[in-house]
Amino acid sequence: MNTSPSQTQPDGGSADPDVAARPLAGSTAAALPAEVAAPAASQVSAPQRVVVVGGGMVAQRFVEALRDRDDAGRHHVTVLAEEPRAPYDRVALTSYFSGRDPEALALGDPALWQDPLVRLVRGDAVTRVDRDARTVMTASGRTFPYDELVLATGSDAAVPPIEGNDLPGVFVYRTIDDVAALRGWVEERAAAASRPVRGAVIGGGLLGLEAAGALKALGAQATVVQFGTHLMSAQVDLGGGEALRRLINSLGVAVRVNTATQRMRPSRRTGAVGRLDFADGGRLDVDVVVLATGVRPRDELGRAMGLEIGARGGVVVDDACRTAVQNVWAIGEVACIQGACIGLVAPGYAMAEVVVDRLLGGAATFPGADTATKLKLAGVDVASWGDAFGSTPGSMEVVWADPVGGVYKKLVLADDARTLLGGVLVGDATAYASLRPMLGRALPGDPAAFLLPEGGAGAPELELPDDAGVCSCNNVSAGTVRAAVTEHGCTDLAGVKACTRAGTSCGSCLPLVKKLMTAELARSGVEVSNALCEHFDLSRAQLYDAVRVAGLTSFSEVVARFGTAEAGRGCDICKPVVASILSTVAPAHVLDGERATLQDTNDHVMANMQKDGTYSVVPRIPGGEITPEGLLVIGQVAKDFGLYTKITGGQRIDMFGARIDQLPGIWQRLVDAGFESGHAYGKSLRTVKSCVGSTWCRFGVQDSVGLAVDLELRYRGLRSPHKIKLGVSGCARECAEARGKDVGVIATDNGWNVYVGGNGGFTPKHAVLLAEDLSTEELVRTIDRFLMYYIRTADRLQRTAAWVADYEGGVDAIRAVVLEDSLGICADLDAAMVLHLETYEDEWAATLADPDKLRHFRSFVNAPDEHDRTLAYVAERGQARPATAAERAGAGAGPVLVAGTTLEVRS
Amino acid sequence: MTRWTPVCELAALDPERGVAALVDGVQVALFLLDDGRVLGVANHDPFSGANVVSRGIVGTHGERTTVTSPMHKQVWDLVTGECLDAAGKDPVDLAVFAVEVRDGTVHVGS
Ligand SMILES: Cc1cc2nc3c(=O)[nH]c(=O)nc-3n(C[C@H](O)[C@H](O)[C@H](O)COP(=O)(O)OP(=O)(O)OC[C@H]3O[C@@H](n4cnc5c(N)ncnc54)[C@H](O)[C@@H]3O)c2cc1C
Repeated sequence: MNTSPSQTQPDGGSADPDVAARPLAGSTAAALPAEVAAPAASQVSAPQRVVVVGGGMVAQRFVEALRDRDDAGRHHVTVLAEEPRAPYDRVALTSYFSGRDPEALALGDPALWQDPLVRLVRGDAVTRVDRDARTVMTASGRTFPYDELVLATGSDAAVPPIEGNDLPGVFVYRTIDDVAALRGWVEERAAAASRPVRGAVIGGGLLGLEAAGALKALGAQATVVQFGTHLMSAQVDLGGGEALRRLINSLGVAVRVNTATQRMRPSRRTGAVGRLDFADGGRLDVDVVVLATGVRPRDELGRAMGLEIGARGGVVVDDACRTAVQNVWAIGEVACIQGACIGLVAPGYAMAEVVVDRLLGGAATFPGADTATKLKLAGVDVASWGDAFGSTPGSMEVVWADPVGGVYKKLVLADDARTLLGGVLVGDATAYASLRPMLGRALPGDPAAFLLPEGGAGAPELELPDDAGVCSCNNVSAGTVRAAVTEHGCTDLAGVKACTRAGTSCGSCLPLVKKLMTAELARSGVEVSNALCEHFDLSRAQLYDAVRVAGLTSFSEVVARFGTAEAGRGCDICKPVVASILSTVAPAHVLDGERATLQDTNDHVMANMQKDGTYSVVPRIPGGEITPEGLLVIGQVAKDFGLYTKITGGQRIDMFGARIDQLPGIWQRLVDAGFESGHAYGKSLRTVKSCVGSTWCRFGVQDSVGLAVDLELRYRGLRSPHKIKLGVSGCARECAEARGKDVGVIATDNGWNVYVGGNGGFTPKHAVLLAEDLSTEELVRTIDRFLMYYIRTADRLQRTAAWVADYEGGVDAIRAVVLEDSLGICADLDAAMVLHLETYEDEWAATLADPDKLRHFRSFVNAPDEHDRTLAYVAERGQARPATAAERAGAGAGPVLVAGTTLEVRS
Repeated sequence: MTRWTPVCELAALDPERGVAALVDGVQVALFLLDDGRVLGVANHDPFSGANVVSRGIVGTHGERTTVTSPMHKQVWDLVTGECLDAAGKDPVDLAVFAVEVRDGTVHVGS
C-alpha cells in the first residue's frame, strides 16, 4: 500500500494534502520516506518539482506549455501567486470597465488548474528563496521545495517620486484590484459631486492613453500630462504624436505635453488629491489621478538571492532564460534579457516556451523581441513596429499625412527603397495586420500605395511568405495558419484559432488570419461562402435586408427573386429562415397560406416535438408569476390528458406526451382559462426570468417581476435567428441569473443596468454591460433596438453571444448603433418593433378560431378518430414516460406498459 | 396486383405539407407537391423509431423532391425513398407507396 508522504509526517500541522506544501525541517524532499518505500514507484523517476513564482500571464503560458509538451508527466508544477486570483489577461485589463467581470479576463482553459500535475496557490507571495536548500518561503509561512525555480514576478507600476503620490485618489493601473479601486473611487466621487469628476493621467504612453480612455468611459473628464515632447514617444515620432494628439482631443481628452508635474496637493476639504502643480507654474484641479509613468521589474527576490541585476533592474538571464544560479530561471517582464526588460507579453510568452523546451531537454533560445505595438483605445488607431524612428543607417521614410483627418502614416524602408524596416500608423492602422509581417522583406510595387486611404490607388495584394510571423503573441507563422486549413482541415476562424492559437491573445492579427484562411480555403477548392444553403447565395442577414427592401411577403416571391437558378422549392434550412424573416418584415399567422409549408414541425403545430413524436405544451407564464387558479388549470389539464409535467428553467410548466391530435383540445382548455402560447417551440422570445424583487424581497431595489412581465408581454412572439431569453434581477445579488441571458437587466439604486450576449448551454458566457442606470423607458427602447438589430443582422441559428462576439467592434460598436444611432437606423428599428407590437396575436387562439388551420392537427387524414397506437409509456416516479426500446421488446415481462395518453377530454 | 385503397379527397391535402394515413394498419405519409403530384412514403422514421415523416419539411435538392425528418434531419428522396443525407448515421431508405388520384380521390396502392 502506498501511503501519501504528508500522512507519514508526524507534525500534521497542515491540512493541506500536497507534498510540497508541508513545512520542511531542513531536509530536502528528495528523501521522502514514501518515495523510498513505494516499490512500484522506484521504477519511475519521481516528478521534477517546478516552482513558479508569480501567477501572471507569462506564468500561465509557462504552465500551459509545460502541460502541453510534457507528455510523460515528468514535471509537477506549483504556481505561487501573490494576487488572489488565477492568472488573468492583463492586456485586456481596461475591458474590466465595460464588463466589470473578472471572469471575462480569464486566460486559456480553466481546466489547466485542475490538472493533477498543476497546483495554483493564490494570495500568498514568496518572501524568500533559499538557494542552498532549494526551497521558497511564502508570506503565510509555507515552504515549498523545488528542483527548478522559475521567477515570473513581472513588474510593478512605477510610482514617480512626486510629492503627494500617496494621497487618496492617486492610483496605479496594473491589476484587477487597481482598476476596481479606481472605478469605485470615480463612482463615489461622481455620486458625491454635482459636477463631472475631473481626472488626470500622468504619463502619455500606451498605458496612459488607455487609462485616459477608461476615465472617459467612467464619465470623468480626463487630461493626459506628458513629460516628453509628444504622446507615445517610445513608439511614434513627432509627426505621429501630433496626429495622435488631435485624435485624442477629439475623444474629449485634453493633452499637455512638455509638462513636468511638481507636486500633487490635497484638497483642503476632503484631504484627497485636489490639484496638480506643474513646473511651468500651471496647475490643474483634479479629483482623481492615475500614474502611468512606466513599470519597474519585481526583481526583489533576485536581488536578495544575489542574482545579477540589470542596470535598469530585472534579473539578468542568458538567451536560454537561465540565471547564473543552476536551476533558477527568469521569464516575462522581470527578466533582463539581451540587455533589457521588455514590457510586452509576446516576448514573455516566447521566454516561457524557451524554458519549457529546456526543461524537456531541448536547446531553444530566445529569438529576440518583437516590440510591435498597437494601441487598444476605441476610436484611436495607432500602430508602430520595427524601426519606427528610422534609426537604421541609410534608411528612408515614406510619409503620408492628413492633418485634418488626424491621419499620419510612415513606412521606414532600407536604402533599396523596398525592404520594410518599420512603420508608424496613426488614425488608420488597417494596413498594420498585413504590413507588420513584411518586416525585413521587400514590399511589392510602390510602397506609398500601402499608405493611401482605402479606395485609393489600391495596394498590391501581399502574399505573405510561410515563415512570416502573423500572431506575435503566440508566435504563429503564416505557414502554420495555412497548414491549419490544408493539413488539419479547419474551415472556419474558430477552428483555425483553436488549432494554431493564432489570435487568441490580443486579437489584433485576426483580420489577417481570416484573410489567410479564406485564401487557403479558396485555393483548396472549398467554397467559402455565407450562402444560406444551395437555394440561396445570400447570408441570412443579406436575405433579411433584401426581403425588407423589396417588400416581399411570401416564400414563392422570395425564392423567385433571390433564390439561385436551381432553387426549386427550398429546403428545411432556407424555408424556416424565410418564415422567420417574413414574421418581422410582413407579420402573419404561422399557418397562413403558404407560410404553413415553411415551418419546422414545432412551429407548425406550435408545440415541441419529443423523442417519440409526441409534443410538449408550454403556456406562457409571464415573468414566472402565476395565480393559484392558473396553477389549478394547468394541473387539471395535465391530469385530464395524462401529461407528464415538469417545471422548466424558464420559470414555467411544461406538459409532455401530447399527441398531435390532442393539441387543439388541450389548448382550447388553456385559452378558455386565459392562457396563451408560450412560444417554447419557436426561435423567438422564450421567457423573461425574474427574481421576486422589491415586492417581497428585503434586498430588492426595483420591481423586477413587474418589469419582467412587461418585457415578456412586449417581446412575446418575436421571431429571431435563434431563441432569445431575458432575465431581470431586482438587485445586484442577481438571483434571476440575468447575466446568463441574451438580455439581462439588473436593478440599481438609480434605474437599470442592461447586459447583452449572455448564454448558458454548450458554451456558457456572461452577458456584457451595454448601458447603465437607464430609466425604464430608456431601458425598453434600448432592448427594442438591440433585439431588432440582432434579428436583422445575425446569422441563422446564431445566438446573441456569438453575434456580439463576431460583430466588428464588439459590444462597443453595438452600443454606438443602439444608443448613439451611429448608423442612423434607430428610427427604422423602432418602427419595426412597433409593427411587431401592433400585429401580435396569440397564435393558438387564432388557430382554434379557424377550422382551416385545425386541419393541420389530424392524426390520420382517413381516420381522424384513430390515433398512433404504437406509442407506449411506463410509469416512473408517479408519472408516465416513453417506454424504451428494450421495454417495448420485453412488453409483458418487464415494467407495465401504459397505453398511449388516451384519456379523453371531459366536455 | 396492386390493391388501391381510397384514402381522402385531394382537397383534404395542403401543398408541400404532409399528412399521415392508415392503410391496412400501416402508417403512410402522403405529400401533395407544388406541381400537383401526390407522393407516398412510410410514415415511420427508421432513425428515431417515431411515426413522424409526414411532419417533415418538403423541399428540393437539385432535381429531387425531398422530405427532411423533423426529428434528426435525415433527408429522403420522396420519389424513390432513397436516403440522401443520413446525418452521420448509416443510411436507411424509406418504403415508397404508389399513389393515384382518380376523380378527385387519393388512392394508395399496396
Ligand atoms: C493596462 C495594461 C495594458 C497592457 N497592454 C498590453 C498590450 O497591449 N500588449 C502587450 O504586449 N502588453 C501589454 N501590457 C503588458 C502585459 O500585461 C505584461 O507584459 C504581461 O502581463 C507580463 O506578464 P508577466 O507574467 O511577466 O507579469 P505579470 O502579468 O505582471 O504577472 C506577475 C505576477 O507575479 C506576481 N508576483 C510578483 N512578485 C511575487 C512574489 N514575490 N510572489 C508571488 N507572486 C508575485 C504579481 O502579483 C503578478 O500577479 C499591458 C499591461 C497593462 C497593465
